[in-house]
Amino acid sequence: MIQFQYERASTTKAAVSALANNANAKIIAGGTNLVDLMKRNVMAPTKLVDINALPLRNIKQQNGKVIIGALALNSQVADDKLILEKHPLLSKALNAGASAQIRNMATVGGNIMQRTRCSYFYDTALPCNKREPGSGCGALEGVNRMHGIFGTSEQCIAVHPSDMCVALVALDATVVVSGPKGERRIPFEDFHRLPGSQPEKDNTMQKDELIISVEIPDNAFSKNTHYFKVRDRASYAFALVSVAAALDMDGKTIKEARLAMGGVAHKPWRLKEAEKALAGRPANEETFRRAAEIAMQGAKAYKHNAFKLQLGSNVIVEALKNAAGIV
Amino acid sequence: MDKYKSRDKPERVDSHESRRDFLKTSSILTAIAVAPATVAKAAEYNLGEKISTAFETTPVNLTVNGVKKQLSVEPRSTLLDVLREQLDLTGTKKGCDYGQCGACTVHVDGQRVLSCLSLAIMQEGKQVTTIEGIAKGDELHPMQKAFIKHDGFQCGYCTPGQIMSGIACINEGHANSKEDIKEFMSGNICRCGAYPNIVKAIQEVKNGGQQS
Ligand SMILES: Cc1cc2nc3c(=O)[nH]c(=O)nc-3n(C[C@H](O)[C@H](O)[C@H](O)COP(=O)(O)OP(=O)(O)OC[C@H]3O[C@@H](n4cnc5c(N)ncnc54)[C@H](O)[C@@H]3O)c2cc1C
Ligand code: SF4
Ligand code: FES
Ligand code: FES
Repeated sequence: MIQFQYERASTTKAAVSALANNANAKIIAGGTNLVDLMKRNVMAPTKLVDINALPLRNIKQQNGKVIIGALALNSQVADDKLILEKHPLLSKALNAGASAQIRNMATVGGNIMQRTRCSYFYDTALPCNKREPGSGCGALEGVNRMHGIFGTSEQCIAVHPSDMCVALVALDATVVVSGPKGERRIPFEDFHRLPGSQPEKDNTMQKDELIISVEIPDNAFSKNTHYFKVRDRASYAFALVSVAAALDMDGKTIKEARLAMGGVAHKPWRLKEAEKALAGRPANEETFRRAAEIAMQGAKAYKHNAFKLQLGSNVIVEALKNAAGIV
Repeated sequence: MDKYKSRDKPERVDSHESRRDFLKTSSILTAIAVAPATVAKAAEYNLGEKISTAFETTPVNLTVNGVKKQLSVEPRSTLLDVLREQLDLTGTKKGCDYGQCGACTVHVDGQRVLSCLSLAIMQEGKQVTTIEGIAKGDELHPMQKAFIKHDGFQCGYCTPGQIMSGIACINEGHANSKEDIKEFMSGNICRCGAYPNIVKAIQEVKNGGQQS
């Protein structure tokens, strides 16, 4: 790890100005992603701004929404009573990610900002447009088993690795960020970007902004939810494909549905057309199969990840069945 | 160099951090070591902000296994390296060094974390417990005894991390079933495959009602 300067910020304003004054400064929260990337020389900030002293750890209910501070730990959110009661989907997604030790360190803000796990991105000896714009993409013609099937570009086919974010996009969350001009609210769907010709940009936040909190509006999706994650080993591995499903049921009929996928795109992938196809329909295998078919339209596989097309469809059906309680 | 320049006359801090502010703050830090009483006030205005230069080692206070330690660390030193190399507490193992194996698991303020991904400088004022700190004198911790009884280790390399994690697993309330234990111990990788016996050891301690 190269040397860097370390600063402990005591106010949000100080953190923002530290970022604004140094193009090579980075926020550090739990450090579970950043320290790893710094050890491997994938990222080399010259200054770390430690935000752990900021009062951003609380989880509270306010004005029809649950507000989660950016420094709330993944384990803290997963075990929180309010979250378990109102948004169990989020709790399930969190517990499907990483390990207990890492969840005790990982923060909500850091989880949203974590970078791709594309192995070419991690290997500084190989080309990667995300790490080094213009250098090429090792994964395009390489081993791309873990890579994207939706919204990829010729520049980058990496996926966003977070489980938590798949639940948050399904729950219509909003990210609140703070910058030199004050606070700004970004709908979760618009927060992460597709790679396009600028895969080095993971999201729509400015360099001198920081995440303050995440807000989830109250909803009627707490009773029938499921997070289904398929990975190469039983636990402690990133998703090949994951699905967050939430249903608002009226007896055996689906009033409304929420559906999102992980491990398939550069961002947590919300499936709105499939949601529409579920609304007003009876909760059964046939409905779920049709929704899955709609969900997978437009998916495009690469040499090693064609299995994700069928897998994705199956995982959607299983997640919906589990959410509906008909397994 | 920087340090000498920093003896410039202090000036007011504004919210924009400039090089001057940085120099000024580091001069306060230097000054604290020299004349605590006179500059304590100035430090208060800084609300505990701490700035280190890239090459300077910075003081950090930790309580390790109940003993207060004042250390001097580079910003880039991990807690794992400081424990092993500066404090000579080599019980905590370095496996992967990248957060993937759990060998380096310690407790910080009672929570299990990975010391290889923790920067030591960020642990200011915290309580760290390592495998060396869980026995009471010559009396082994119940989890250590259970590991021995159930043959929970083979080469023993992952064992300190497994034990620290096992203790935390019970304290967190995630040891209620075999499945639960397996899931919540999955961050600790054992190359030898001692898992079945590790699970038995944790179950025994859990059922014995011993919780710390
Ligand atoms: C072995 C391993 C397995 C893992 N498995 C999974 C998994 O299965 N699923 C999963 O979802 N995740 C997984 N993770 C990733 C883990 O969840 C993330 O590393 C973690 O959430 C990052 O949070 P942090 O607080 O540690 O972030 P940090 O490492 O501190 O920061 C990460 C990035 O976010 C930025 N940042 C942090 N906070 C803010 C903020 N408030 N505002 C703006 N920027 C900010 C930092 O500048 C940095 O760029 C795994 C990690 C490891 C090491
Ligand atoms: S897929 Fe994206 S992250 Fe991976 S090598 Fe290509 S450009 Fe880099
Ligand atoms: S050494 Fe820390 S997790 Fe492997
Ligand atoms: S006993 Fe050898 S690695 Fe676990």
